[in-house]
Amino acid sequence: MKVLYFAWLRQKIGVGEESVDPPADVADVRALVAWLKERGPGYEQAFQDLGAIKLAVNQEYADLDHPVKRGDEVAFFPPVTGG
Amino acid sequence: MTVKVQREDFDPGREIEALSAGNPKVGGVCSFVGLVRDMNDVAGQMSDVGALTLEHYPGMTERQLEEIEAEAHRRWPLEASLIVHRYGRMTPGERIVLVATASPHREAAFEACHFLIDWLKTKAPFWKVEETGAGAERWVEARDSDDAAAARWAEKG
Repeated sequence: MKVLYFAWLRQKIGVGEESVDPPADVADVRALVAWLKERGPGYEQAFQDLGAIKLAVNQEYADLDHPVKRGDEVAFFPPVTGG
Repeated sequence: MTVKVQREDFDPGREIEALSAGNPKVGGVCSFVGLVRDMNDVAGQMSDVGALTLEHYPGMTERQLEEIEAEAHRRWPLEASLIVHRYGRMTPGERIVLVATASPHREAAFEACHFLIDWLKTKAPFWKVEETGAGAERWVEARDSDDAAAARWAEKG
């Protein structure tokens, strides 16, 4: 599974993109976040306030209940500020 | 429908001209150009901005912009539309974004152009980080007023 982080999430976690192989019981984004938070203090900090974070699965906006599976691309980022 | 996501600057005149070139059905073209401001309102205080850097999500950005454009074409009778959005580092006065719409009639062109920039600001995955002096930076926070602007275009149903 490919996981991407943008803006301050990338800075807190220290990488913009990584390949991860979570256990089979990680079936939705919420479980993926809980699993990622175990990876270190940067993750813990980045995912502290889930209300402040938006996410996408396979480049479409999704929510924490969205299912994830092997091969998916999951991205985490703050609310967008373009234009 | 055209979407361009690029680092380099663009020429609004040339882009707008190309939008209606060779299409005599176009009766009006409406455009919006967004620029880097030298001041930003941070929690009610005006704060200097030296420069900003726009980060984006390659792939999803283009996809979202194409979806937003397709939605504009679904709602208004447009002959053509264009979104050009830059990323990378920019200083005050530089162009960030161009949105343009071409239609047989002005009303559709005006409304679709307004819709495109309002939706883009809340849906396209771009993030701005401002340089605030002495090597410090600040991620720009999303504004409720932008959400409200986008919500105006919610379809009644």
